[in-house]
Amino acid sequence: MLHIVNKSPSERNTLDSCLRMAKKGSTILLIEDGVYGATKGGVAENKLKAAMADIKVYALWPDLEARGMQDSVIDGIEQVDYNGFVDLVAADKNVQSWL
Amino acid sequence: MTESTGGIDMDEDSSGTIKKFAFVNRKAPYGTIYALESLEVVLISAAFDQDVSLVFADDGVYELKKGQATKSVGMKNFSPTYRALEGYDIEKIFVEKESLDARGLTADDLVVPVEVLTSDEIATLLDEQDVVLSF
Repeated sequence: MLHIVNKSPSERNTLDSCLRMAKKGSTILLIEDGVYGATKGGVAENKLKAAMADIKVYALWPDLEARGMQDSVIDGIEQVDYNGFVDLVAADKNVQSWL
Repeated sequence: MTESTGGIDMDEDSSGTIKKFAFVNRKAPYGTIYALESLEVVLISAAFDQDVSLVFADDGVYELKKGQATKSVGMKNFSPTYRALEGYDIEKIFVEKESLDARGLTADDLVVPVEVLTSDEIATLLDEQDVVLSF
């Protein structure tokens, strides 16, 4: 299952909810303000690293670049473009957007 | 001409009082419209010769992050505009230290020179204002 998070972890608890309810082996894609969660030194760094033992995490690089955060992405988080976004949606049988 | 200016006294050499305005910015850019709208209002306020301070706290500190490149998302990169504020005599830019720390940022990561203040100092600054506008 693909989980999409588009809210900043330092403004909303959306990423926390997602991490709490995502099964092992699922995938998380961080987009829009959600990409702040993928950055070093941010509030979500440690819990996201812990989750990455069981969950694959991606971040949308156009959104990272727009926010000037492209050089501070946590190691192990894979960056995708819009085509990669489509591939992730197509790869899983269902999608949950944590709005 | 107060009828056409909503009652605001535009006469520069009259007794029109200068008030202390603080704009408090607490939202990241691009994800919502708050950051851009705040900047628009700040630029408008510059036309009225008021004592303007900008405060950046919480995710608002991300508005000033260097290296923003928005071509791929098809939005306007408005971060260079903060560097133009000096030309409008808006030079009081304050950033909350705790918000920078929580995001792994320092003043060196920001597009403009700022004064970094603690939460307590921000509290005092806000308390001294005549008008506080929140975004």
